[in-house]
Amino acid sequence: MRTPVDSTPSTDLLRLDRVRKSFGDHLVLREVDLSIEPGQCVVLIGASGSGKSTLLRCVNLLEVVDDGVITFEGRDITDPRVDGDEVRSRMGMVFQAYNLFPHLDVIGNVTMALRLVHGVKADEARSRGMAMLERVGLAAKAQARPDDLSGGQQQRVAIARALVANPRLMLLDEVTSALDPELVGEVLDLLTDLKSEGVTMLLNTHEMGFARDVADQVCFLHDGRIHERGRPEQVLGDPQEERTRTFLSRIRA
Amino acid sequence: MSDRVGTAWQPSEVQSERDEWRRRRTIRSAAIAAGSTLLLLGVVGGAVVSSPGWERVKETYFDWDKAVSSFPAVLEGLWLNIRVMALCAVLIVVLSLTIAIMRTIRGPVAFPLRLVGTAYVDIFRGLPLLLVIFLLGFGGPALSLSGLPTSALFWGCAALVLSYSAYVAEVFRAGIESVHPSQRLAGRSLGLTYGQTLRHVVLPQAWRRVIPPLMNDLVSLQKDSGLIAVLGVVDAIRAAQIETAIDFNYTPYVVAGFLFCCLTIPMARLTDRYARKKGYHGAGGHL
Repeated sequence: MRTPVDSTPSTDLLRLDRVRKSFGDHLVLREVDLSIEPGQCVVLIGASGSGKSTLLRCVNLLEVVDDGVITFEGRDITDPRVDGDEVRSRMGMVFQAYNLFPHLDVIGNVTMALRLVHGVKADEARSRGMAMLERVGLAAKAQARPDDLSGGQQQRVAIARALVANPRLMLLDEVTSALDPELVGEVLDLLTDLKSEGVTMLLNTHEMGFARDVADQVCFLHDGRIHERGRPEQVLGDPQEERTRTFLSRIRA
Repeated sequence: MSDRVGTAWQPSEVQSERDEWRRRRTIRSAAIAAGSTLLLLGVVGGAVVSSPGWERVKETYFDWDKAVSSFPAVLEGLWLNIRVMALCAVLIVVLSLTIAIMRTIRGPVAFPLRLVGTAYVDIFRGLPLLLVIFLLGFGGPALSLSGLPTSALFWGCAALVLSYSAYVAEVFRAGIESVHPSQRLAGRSLGLTYGQTLRHVVLPQAWRRVIPPLMNDLVSLQKDSGLIAVLGVVDAIRAAQIETAIDFNYTPYVVAGFLFCCLTIPMARLTDRYARKKGYHGAGGHL
């Protein structure tokens, strides 16, 4: 199952080799191998506590791995000499609870990284931000405060905020889990559009229908390991591993 | 949600009866509150006025002519209090914010910063303000440091700033720590540095939350600025003391107290109003 570490240049945008991460005595990721090519959408599935969110945080360098190598755009980003802020500025991360900045209006949220990290002038940042809000269908809400928006709208703003600086990779951590059922659709539709526009995505979700329709690869994470991976119709439709079958039967029950 | 509150709406009989009952109850409660307050004030006032020494106290503390004659000097002293307060407030915010940030930086590298910050707060919160004023007010000039003024005013202000910053730093620290860690994560995930996240994400949110307690400390500083009188600086209290010394009539102290209240009471009301505006409505209903 394990992909051996090789030094030949690959087309992978992101690659994880034997990534390990623990919190105190709790070993969250044991030996995770994963690779994503540009334009692909990889979906992580698994029970709560299986390490899906931790994996995304490790990729975003919000957590420091205990062992293993994460390669992004051909560069080992787990090397401590790497500038983490620069790496993060090339990825977009979206959180389950949106994590919008409540003291700023919507456009202020979306343009913050452009202005502070990418050195874009205020006028240009604003026009790029407005274009991005147009794309997620929220241009009319540019002056609104996050607290005045619905959950679905907040999450679309969060996606716009992560996407505005043209990241090479989008990391989406259970982005629909905090939403009311009738608001899930608007966010998943947006993600489906992004996939068709060629945005590379690594995400975890409990929306199996979305995984089936959009994912190029589905990985079943259990107990800190990827137990099964493959095309969605294979992993979700005809799982080979007992654990995968148990998990899928539980969430479908 | 789609229905607007219509102008054609008339309260039902049951609602009219409720409204009427609430109106009657409000009037009754207000009457009881007003009556009992007047009664209490009357009893206390009566007890004071009918006390055997009242005539003497009235002469020494509430002499109108003395109040008028001492007013200009006390007012001039108060102007110094106001300037001291304004200058110190700015310096306190700068110093305390620095200390608070030092105390909240994580990681082993920042340990010396945290240690210095904690030691500072522990020491200056532990020392009585009056003691700090005495120590710095008399010890500071004695150092004869070149470049530093030796005036009592300078060292008095330094004592106020050092002492208050320890308290205010804790207010800022509480504010910084009250911002949910997910906000930091969101900032960092956008590529912002630690400092940028602090400056543009954490501090603006912390600042809003600590404004009411900060205004409270400002009210407190307004009156504690009078403590530098012990160094001989002629502020409102010292001016009142000088006026009193002329004929041992203590009315100037009452004048000074009245003027301090004129400063602090509007400030306190402003604080209340701001806190109420920022308070949470809705979630708790009318309870």
